[in-house]
Order: sequence, then structure tokens, then C-alpha cells
Amino acid sequence: MKFSLVKLSALAATVLLATTVASCSGPGTPAAQTTPQTTSSAPELSGTLNVFAAASLQQTFTDLGTQFQAAHPKVKVSFNFDGSSTLVTQITQGAPADVFASADTANMKKLSDAQLVAGTPVNFATNVLTLVVPASNPANITSFADAAKPGIKLVVCAAQVPCGAAAKSDAASAGLTLTPVSEELSVTSVLGKVTSGEADAGLVYVTDAKSAGTKVKTIPLGLAKPTINEYPIATVSSSKQQDLAKAFIALVTAKEGQKVLADAGFGAP
Amino acid sequence: MPALAHPKLQGRTQQPWQFQAVPRWVFALAALGALFILLPLFGMVAKVNWAQFIPLITSESSLDALVLSLKTATASTALCLILGVPLALVLARAHFGGQRILRALILLPLVVPPVVGGLALLYTFGREGLIGRSLNVLGIDIAFSTTAVIMAQTFVALPFLVLSLEGSLRTAGQKYEAVAATLGARPSTVLRRITLPLVLPGLVSGAVLAFARSLGEFGATLTFAGSLQGVTRTLPLEIYLQREIDPDAAVALSFLLIAVALVVVSLAYRTPRSPLRTLVPRGAP
Repeated sequence: MKFSLVKLSALAATVLLATTVASCSGPGTPAAQTTPQTTSSAPELSGTLNVFAAASLQQTFTDLGTQFQAAHPKVKVSFNFDGSSTLVTQITQGAPADVFASADTANMKKLSDAQLVAGTPVNFATNVLTLVVPASNPANITSFADAAKPGIKLVVCAAQVPCGAAAKSDAASAGLTLTPVSEELSVTSVLGKVTSGEADAGLVYVTDAKSAGTKVKTIPLGLAKPTINEYPIATVSSSKQQDLAKAFIALVTAKEGQKVLADAGFGAP
Repeated sequence: MPALAHPKLQGRTQQPWQFQAVPRWVFALAALGALFILLPLFGMVAKVNWAQFIPLITSESSLDALVLSLKTATASTALCLILGVPLALVLARAHFGGQRILRALILLPLVVPPVVGGLALLYTFGREGLIGRSLNVLGIDIAFSTTAVIMAQTFVALPFLVLSLEGSLRTAGQKYEAVAATLGARPSTVLRRITLPLVLPGLVSGAVLAFARSLGEFGATLTFAGSLQGVTRTLPLEIYLQREIDPDAAVALSFLLIAVALVVVSLAYRTPRSPLRTLVPRGAP
């Protein structure tokens, strides 16, 4: 009996530890930010807006959400950032999304094929791939061709996900055959393998490279015709917040939104 | 509760507190609990595209993932036995300061998210890690290799074996060991001839749990080992990847994974009942 009590208390302690860690890792509430009021004559918007956006939009959309809330004090914007195809699955399975922003047109098409897109999606940004190496550049890589050499620990996305498809076509247009040591399931995993110094080089979006700051060195691919990923955004047709959704999309496509996106490294649509 | 004599209890000298009738409401909740586990399984089986099932699970990438999963799970179970049996013996039989803390820490992988385990492995055995840096100098590179997959699986599965075996060791007690020792058996002989045969059921179920846990390992593998067909992309990673483009393939592979796990678990759980009964005829005259 004594033993099981000891075991139980040990387990309880570890569970407690685990849950504390978990609760600390949740997304922080962005601090309120004062932005000049943009809309004043329109009827006041209120309610909660659920925005489902591609993982690569996390920083920029969190900023834009703060701006939107500042402009509409009665509105609460809550985000769900994940891989675009995961988000599409969630929405088609009935997740309460009002706005969907995809990292590629293929996933937006999946949602419109499911009759879940209201109106026509608008392209609001573009993204291209770049080569990143750890800040110390352990393998002395200076070009895309260097990264394709045998013995180099190159990490890319799997061809099944958008960043992997782009990597494949970029390699083809550079006339290179890539021999990666790992094909990750998301672009953030690729970046993680590079920032931790585990990989010699990785192919990520320019926006990811920019967000990693000084932890990585960016080496442009130097392609004449790089693969350009288009980011479309649309209102979800099952949404009960159509007006709010439209207002948010307007912010993303307007000058303010475009500036935030450009600052993060996204290209204009 | 007025005595509602259980037929099997008659004529036995059992302590009254050992018998406990299960109240009906417990059955109701237990049924709910079982449904909660079983319904999603049925939900998934209902989604399987049976017409395409065989082509889906016999594609090259699927077979590579299945073979890799079976190989690595077997290897990590072996590693769990080599490292976990001594660990359980020390925890159950030895007495030393800090034992409780050690036990709690060893059980950590049970409750910590696997991704955290993967990160911990990365910062220890990775190229820039605590130990990995020295290994790298020696020309040993663990990350992105099948070794990394086995290490990740062993890390998350080891506590299952230790916990299961330690429980058996404590339940079995030290009576027979003490008798053997007084008859002149050396500690290693006692371990081989008495202790291990006594706890064989716990050892088997612990090993099976470890195997099943290794088979399902995802987070730590992805974080520490990466994902490359035939090298590090185990069945769970393949399922996650296929889910992106081919949900049918993901469902078929999930079904395959469940079937393999079910076969292993049911095979191993049927056998271990007998050894304990025959070796320790408890209550026998």
C-alpha cells in the first residue's frame, strides 16, 4: 500500500509539472496596441472572429488582429494557425471558422470545392523559398548548388506539403538534384533543424528566414524564375460573422495590412 | 451490503475485505469509458476505403514505413529490456538516498509531451548538444539516422517497462529470494532462477507496452530524428504526411498500425497468466 502511495504522489508531481509546462506554452495574448481609428462611420462591429490562417502567417496576422481589435473595441479576434491542409480538414469537419487564409491556392481550392467559400478568394501575399544555414555555417555553403552536394545535411519539406513542392520545382529550375537527409512535414520543422544547428542547410520561405533573425544566414537561391507561392484569403460560407470577416479581409488587403506583410518579407500579390 | 454469497467464494478462506461487489453505476460509467475508446476506432474503420485498401498499404512508401516501424520498435524494446530490467530491480530491491526522486524523474517521459522529449534528446545528442558535440568530433552523428529513431522510441517507452516490472517485483515480494539465498545461491543465481521467472508476466506485459508505445511514437521521432523514407519515416510519420494529400491512405495506414498493435498486445497478454500461478501456488497447502 505504501508503495502505491509513493508511486501515486510521484506521478501526481510529474503530472503537475507537465501541465504547468503545457499551460505556459499557450499563445500569449498580444498587448493592446494603439492604432489610429480607421472606420468610424460604419455600424459598429462586435463579436468574436475566428481566423484560420496558415502557420507562416502567425506573426503578421497576430499583429493585424491586434490592429483590428484596436479599431473595433467590441471585437475579439481569435486565431488558429496550422498547416493549410490541416485547417481545410478542420473547417470541412465543422470547425467554427470565419476567415481562411491559405499558404497556397491548392488548399483554398479544396475548400471552395467543398462549397465552403463565400465569394471569390483574394490573393493578398506571395512567398518564395530561400536557402538558410546556421549562423556558424558549419559546411561553408555559399550557393544553392553547394547545398545539393553529397555529404551536406540538407533538410527540406516533403513534396506532399506546399513548401516541399516549391523546393522540388526550384531544384528542377536550378538543374540540381537534392539529396536531403530529412523531408520534414512542415516548414517550421525545417527551420528548427537549421536554427538548432542539426542541419547544414534548409530550404524555407523568405519570411521564415527573416523571422529567425540572426540565428540563420540567408543565401538567396538566385533563380531567374523562382516558384512563387500565392496566399489567398476568403470568408468561410458557413460563417455567422460575414460582416466581421469582410472587414478583416479588407484590413489584410488594404495599405496597413500590406505594409505589415511586406515588413515580414512577403511579396505583393 | 447484506451477504449475497458469491458461489466461488463459498468454502474459501478469503478475508471479507477482499471481496467487493461492483455497484451498478460503476458498470454504467465503465461502459461509457469503454465506448469512449472504442467508438473512435469504429469511426475510423468506417472511413477505410476497402476497395483501395491493399494498394494503399502496399505502396512503396507505406511498406518502407511499416518495415522501419517494426524494426525500430523491436530494437527499442530490446534496449528497454537491457536497460529497464536492471533499473526496475534497483528501484524495487535496493535502498539508497534519492530513490524516490530518481523514480519520479525516470517516469517523466510518461507525462511529458513527446515533442519535449525529442527536444531534450536533440539538445543532448544532437550535433550541437551536450554529448553530441563530443560524439561529432569522434565522427558519430546520430541525428537523421535510424539510431535516432530507436533512441527516441526507447526514451518514451522505457518507463512503461520499468513501471510494470517494478510493480511485479514488489508484488512478488522477497520470500523466495531470501530462501534461495539462505540455501547458498549467489545473487546472480537468485536473479536468474527465482526473481526473473517470478516476475515473467510483468516483464512480458512491460515489454509489450514498450513495444506498442515505440510503434506509436511520433513527436520525439519527428523532433529528434527527422523524416526520410526508409531511414527515419516510421508509420506514424508516414500517416501524418499522407494525411496532407491522401486522407484515404492515412486512414488505411492507421488501420494497419492499429491492427499490428492489437495483434502484438493480444498475443502477449494471453500467455503470461500461467507462469506465476504454476511457480507460486498461492494459498496452496
